[in-house]
Amino acid sequence: MAKEAAGSSGGPQPERPSGPGVAPDNLMVKCPKCKEILYSRDWEKNLKVCSRCNYHFRLTAHERVSLLLDPGSFVELDAAMVSVDPLNFVSRSQSYAAKLQEERAKVGLNEAAIRGYGTIEGLPLSLAVMDFRFIGGSMGSVVGEKVTRAIELGLERRWPVLVVSTSGGARMQEGFYSLLQMAKTVAALARLSEARIPYFSLITDPTTGGVTASFAMLGDVILAEPGALIAFAGPRVIEQFMHVKLPEGTVNSEFVLQHGMIDAVVHRRELRATLARLLRLYKVPEAERAQQSAPAAQSSVEAATLLSRQPAQSRAEVGGGQDGLRS
Amino acid sequence: MVYDLEFEKPLAELEKRIASLQRKGERLRPEEHVQLQEYERELRRRTEEIYRSLTAWQTVQVARHKDRPYTADFIHLMCEEFFELHGDRRVGDDQAIIGGPALFNGETVMIIGHEKGRGMREKMYHNNGMPHPEGYHKAIRLMEQAEKFGYPVICLVDTQGAFLGLEDEERGQGSAIAASLYAMARLRVPIIAAVIGEGGSGGALAISVADRLLMLEYSIYTVAAPEAAASIIWRDKVYAPQTAEAMRISARELYALGLIDELVPEPLGGAHHNHRLAAENLKMALIHHLQELRQIPVDRLVQMRYEKYRAVGPFGFAS
Repeated sequence: MAKEAAGSSGGPQPERPSGPGVAPDNLMVKCPKCKEILYSRDWEKNLKVCSRCNYHFRLTAHERVSLLLDPGSFVELDAAMVSVDPLNFVSRSQSYAAKLQEERAKVGLNEAAIRGYGTIEGLPLSLAVMDFRFIGGSMGSVVGEKVTRAIELGLERRWPVLVVSTSGGARMQEGFYSLLQMAKTVAALARLSEARIPYFSLITDPTTGGVTASFAMLGDVILAEPGALIAFAGPRVIEQFMHVKLPEGTVNSEFVLQHGMIDAVVHRRELRATLARLLRLYKVPEAERAQQSAPAAQSSVEAATLLSRQPAQSRAEVGGGQDGLRS
Repeated sequence: MVYDLEFEKPLAELEKRIASLQRKGERLRPEEHVQLQEYERELRRRTEEIYRSLTAWQTVQVARHKDRPYTADFIHLMCEEFFELHGDRRVGDDQAIIGGPALFNGETVMIIGHEKGRGMREKMYHNNGMPHPEGYHKAIRLMEQAEKFGYPVICLVDTQGAFLGLEDEERGQGSAIAASLYAMARLRVPIIAAVIGEGGSGGALAISVADRLLMLEYSIYTVAAPEAAASIIWRDKVYAPQTAEAMRISARELYALGLIDELVPEPLGGAHHNHRLAAENLKMALIHHLQELRQIPVDRLVQMRYEKYRAVGPFGFAS
């Protein structure tokens, strides 16, 4: 599963998606790929893409939401959902429970995915977005649950579903429970598919292991950002396993596109417009969509700079189960 | 009987003494005869004692034992008839997964399983049970065929995991596993999966989304091989034993957690000491579950399978 451990996946990567490239004075950023020094302001305006080599820096889940959705349209659900350490996992004096607390404090998220609904150019969708900073975006029970609930909301409201993946794979510390999240999310997707509701998968850097081998690769349409590591086993794992040395950037978006595993590689700048096109093309038939009204749809707005916008306001409920999906 | 694992040393010692006495045959003196019986009783007692409290890491060693019965052995011992189907109808035939229709207790079932192969040549032929994408495509083909004819599917799980080569990435290892999970989630015939040795990661899960999940007593099922998990968490394989313990990968622990449906007892000292008995035990369990599943209307069956997987994975809410 999580064959590629956190923060060390193939190719030049910053240690954390948006942090360490940033110089102490926050004025300059160094591209981890071409080593170009970039002005933070320009870099942010360019959606955190290196203007010289096109390297797509990793985004946080909330940055991703701001990039893709209509401003202010995102309503986060289950923000308070947390892992419960079902195995009472302790290994070499470090406990999973402590690790979770540490990560929550460090990342400022409760888990490695957020989920909710919103609109793109006025068109509603249900979505889940992963965040690589939280234990390498690994999938334990909470990530599995959130992705599943995103699918179920789509099913219930007859909205298209989008999952944005970035993950090292299944989370070791939840053992077999993590592995079974692959089956759980895929089973939900099978239902969505039977209801003929479209599912879009957007794969971002890096995505490996159990996430690649489940919902990420099952989209009706699968998109990826340029240069993203996308693999079941990343280069480092293959090198260890096969005792070979692979050239830089072997298994990436362009590679999987070439081998027929995904539909398109889309520049970050074009993602929002591309998704809007897909939402228009794969419209859920009106008759079937029925009574449900869309969430307050904002008029279409050109993708502006990322960080000038605050992470969309979230109406996270506490205590759970209040989104009317499950008892 | 051969006791060759590290923790079996006291058993190997006893076994040696027994063997040397047995060699005397007719020339055994009466007091030696008594001694022999005592050793045999002692061996039995110690074996039971050791196997009753295997650690996770010891269980891993038993699950990986080179003499353990493999899928082909179980098929041979459990089925009256078997016809192997080959090929994924796209690229090739992956012998890490074998399968085909079989007569099982008088009825046709589709049997699919990882095959590790015994001995150097077979191991190479079967790629030591580590499938390429073609293996999963073949498995899906067989499952869909089973659905067409209304045959129940029996999957025997025994792999370290899917193979991790560059060619596997080229041919879509992730997609293949995902497609298999997808096919099993909605397959309209009963599915029983039994872990007979190693249940390793997504490569194992890909053929074990099932109405019933059984495990042989000394088998394991893990999110990643303990060595891999240790290098993910600690960047060092040497912590594999501790990691195995912490991840609770033995059949017994998974049964205690309620994650599997039945623990199938193994012969004294593990399945590799008595293939025939191991196969009998598994066959009995399979017959029992098949009978139960056959009673359930197929719509209900698929619904129950969905609910089973939908419910897995506890979580809480921060206050």
